[in-house]
Amino acid sequence: MVVPLHYYLGLSVALFALGVVGVLIRRNILVILMCIEMMLNAVNLAFIGFADAFKAVDGQTFVFFVMTVAAAEVAVGLALVVAIFRHRATVYADDLNILKW
Amino acid sequence: MQQLFFLALAAIALISGVLVVFQTHPLRSALWLIVNFFAVAGLYLLAHAEFIAAIQIIVYAGAIMVLFLFVIMLLNLRRPEEAPPGYRLGQKLAAVALAALSAVVLVYGFFQAQIPLAKETTVSVGNTESIAQSLFTNYLLPFEVTSVLLLVAIVGAVILSKSKLK
Repeated sequence: MVVPLHYYLGLSVALFALGVVGVLIRRNILVILMCIEMMLNAVNLAFIGFADAFKAVDGQTFVFFVMTVAAAEVAVGLALVVAIFRHRATVYADDLNILKW
Repeated sequence: MQQLFFLALAAIALISGVLVVFQTHPLRSALWLIVNFFAVAGLYLLAHAEFIAAIQIIVYAGAIMVLFLFVIMLLNLRRPEEAPPGYRLGQKLAAVALAALSAVVLVYGFFQAQIPLAKETTVSVGNTESIAQSLFTNYLLPFEVTSVLLLVAIVGAVILSKSKLK
C-alpha cells in the first residue's frame, strides 16, 4: 500500500515545529545551527513527498538545491562560531548581547 | 507494509528530533541528529527518491555532521548550558506557542494549496538519470548559480577562519 501524501506533510510539519522550538529555546549556537538543519530537512521531506505524489522530478531537483544551500550555510555558520569563540570565548547566544539595547 | 515502514521511520525521526532539542551536551545532540538524518533518508527511499537518499547520507550524515562534531570537539565546551534565573519558563512557553503557530500556518497552507492533477508520466521518477535530465535542462541556470554560492561560502569560511579577525 502506498504511503499517502498527508503522512509526509504531517511529519514535515512536526519536524519543522520541533526545529523552531529548538532554535527558540536553546542557547548554544551549535545546537541552534543543528535545529536549523532539522528544519531544512523537514522542508526537504515535504518536497520529496510532493514529488512522489505528483510523479514529478522537480521536487527532487529542489531538494538538491536546498542541500547545497544547507552545506554552504553550515560551512559559513561554523566558521562564524569558531571566530566568535576565539574573540569572546563563548558559544552561548545570551553572552552575545553587545547589540542589545 | 510501506505504511508500517513509514510509521516506524517517522517515529524514529521524531524521537531523535526531540532528543536533539532536549540534550544538554551538544555532542549528544549531534549524534541524535545523525540518527534523525538516517531515518529521513529511509523515508526518502520509501518515496522513490533513491538518489536523494544517498545524497542525504553522504552530504548530511557524512560531511555536515562530521563538520559539526569537529567544531564541537575543537571548542571543547566544559560549562553546561544554564539560563539566567526567572527568564527560562516564559521563554519556553513563548517558544512552544510560536512553534505551534508556525505548524498551524503550515497546515493551513497545505490545505489551501491548489493541487493540480498530476501529469501522467511513464518515466520512472527518482532515478539519477531523470534528476540529471532535469538539472541540466530546466534548472541549468540555478545549477550554475549554486556553484557560485559554494565558491562564496568557501571564500567566506576561509576569511572567517583567519587568525586575525579584523
